[in-house]
Amino acid sequence: MNFTAVASIYRFEMARFFRTITQSLVSPVLSTSLYFVVFGTAIGSRIQEVEGISYGAFIVPGLIMLSVMTQATSNASFGIYFPKFMGTIYELLSAPVNFLEITLGYVGAAATKALFIGIIILITAFFFVDITIAHPFAMIAFLVLTCVSFSLLGFIIGIWAGNFEQLQLIPLLIITPLVFLGGSFYSVTMLPPVWQTITMFNPVVYLISGFRWSFFGTADVSIGLSLIAIAFFTGACLVAIWWIFRTGWRIRQ
Amino acid sequence: MSSIVSVSSLGKAYAGGFEALKSVNLEIEEGEILALLGPNGAGKTTLISTICGITVPTSGTVVVGGFDTQTAFRGARNLIGLVPQELNLEPFETVMNTLRFSRGLFGKPRNDAYLEDILKKLSLHDKKDSKVMMLSGGMKRRVLIAKALSHEPRVLFLDEPTAGVDVDLRKDMWNVVADLKADGVTIILTTHYIEEAEAIADRVGVISKGEILLIQDKAEMMAQMGKKQLVVDLAAPVTKVPAALAAYGLEIGPDGASLIYTYDTKGERTGITTLLNDLQKAGLQMADIQTRQSSLEDIFVGLVKETA
Repeated sequence: MNFTAVASIYRFEMARFFRTITQSLVSPVLSTSLYFVVFGTAIGSRIQEVEGISYGAFIVPGLIMLSVMTQATSNASFGIYFPKFMGTIYELLSAPVNFLEITLGYVGAAATKALFIGIIILITAFFFVDITIAHPFAMIAFLVLTCVSFSLLGFIIGIWAGNFEQLQLIPLLIITPLVFLGGSFYSVTMLPPVWQTITMFNPVVYLISGFRWSFFGTADVSIGLSLIAIAFFTGACLVAIWWIFRTGWRIRQ
Repeated sequence: MSSIVSVSSLGKAYAGGFEALKSVNLEIEEGEILALLGPNGAGKTTLISTICGITVPTSGTVVVGGFDTQTAFRGARNLIGLVPQELNLEPFETVMNTLRFSRGLFGKPRNDAYLEDILKKLSLHDKKDSKVMMLSGGMKRRVLIAKALSHEPRVLFLDEPTAGVDVDLRKDMWNVVADLKADGVTIILTTHYIEEAEAIADRVGVISKGEILLIQDKAEMMAQMGKKQLVVDLAAPVTKVPAALAAYGLEIGPDGASLIYTYDTKGERTGITTLLNDLQKAGLQMADIQTRQSSLEDIFVGLVKETA
């Protein structure tokens, strides 16, 4: 294992994040604050409580997940797409590194950035609503797992994308709708029965539900099922990345 | 000398059926400078990319320093530095950070003193904290070389190092290559500038349509294949070659002021003495005579034309 290489990729990617630290952090904090103002205060004041929790507090886990999932995906996809676009990927391909080391470096950095943003949003939330975290270790575990799994997905998108439009396509057309319809702002039990069944095919539901459980101790689906879902998703992404590097798909001629 | 790079029956065919490399065999000796000469699309970059691991071969093997590039890729790649043809660099990073990244990627511990030494040799030291995007094209090219050298490779591949580079910078680059050779680095460069191969290479390989047509010591190649010309300047211009001299295959120079005789240096007799005698007999008065060696370019063009 070439740990020096993993650390080099990680540091190089984190440097990109710190070069643009203001826009990296200000934008998620601002958009989250807007969500709190619109959903939490304006609309939330009419909703009162969901499953015994004030609506403002109820949406916090969903909001964090929304940002973390989109940030992890976009960071990781951009991280590997940029060297492809600039042509600097030749260096990765000719270096004594295997797929696991490249993935660890890029995905590790993207997941760290997403985690950083998730924590900032959580801190921001404390300024708007009263929240207590019932299972803090489980909360951190869910947050980290989500950062890692969505960074893996982003990494695959970055390798697949042939241009900047494609880089935006999957996050915009698939991930954002899945996250919005995955119970970020509502409990699945609030939906009509048919939609409750359909929603169960959305993998994001399991992540948000598990994460919300770590805050409030209540969940739409069982915590075990949530963990299985996230483990399956992470495993599937890893297998896909292993296959990509083995066959050289879209990266090695 | 022993081979540091052994290429055996290396083939590369693309999905569309295009064969970029056709069973290439090549032995590169440690410490030499090998120039791979060929027209655009000859397969020079594909050959380098396949040795370096960027392109996956369809058939054949490459062994670098005893390591197979497929089965022992780490060992092989540790020994190789690659300078690509395009100026592929991360624009927003500083020169020093891009070098640190490259060194780390090859698993080498941080050593800023070594990296600064490389930058000094490449006249880039004063730019070490500049962002790459602020540098000129020539400087970027040198940053690429510095990156390739950052992990102390034993074999350096330079893909068209002076493409689109002005004459002064090209000469600087040749000096850099000479210094690297003095440090014991084996250098393989591709070029389509004949004068570049002529100026710096120990051996020259000619590649065309995915095949190596010839690979030989540069001086030997020129001695064996080089033709020489004898130019006889005439006191009075002629309009046609006198019939008595027809056997020599003479050409008339510009304005009929000279006669040009092409002879083979490999031949037992050059025919110069009899030609000079016959010129005198034909009543032509000589003002001056000179000989000139045909260049690598003539050899190259001749070889590539033969296979066209």
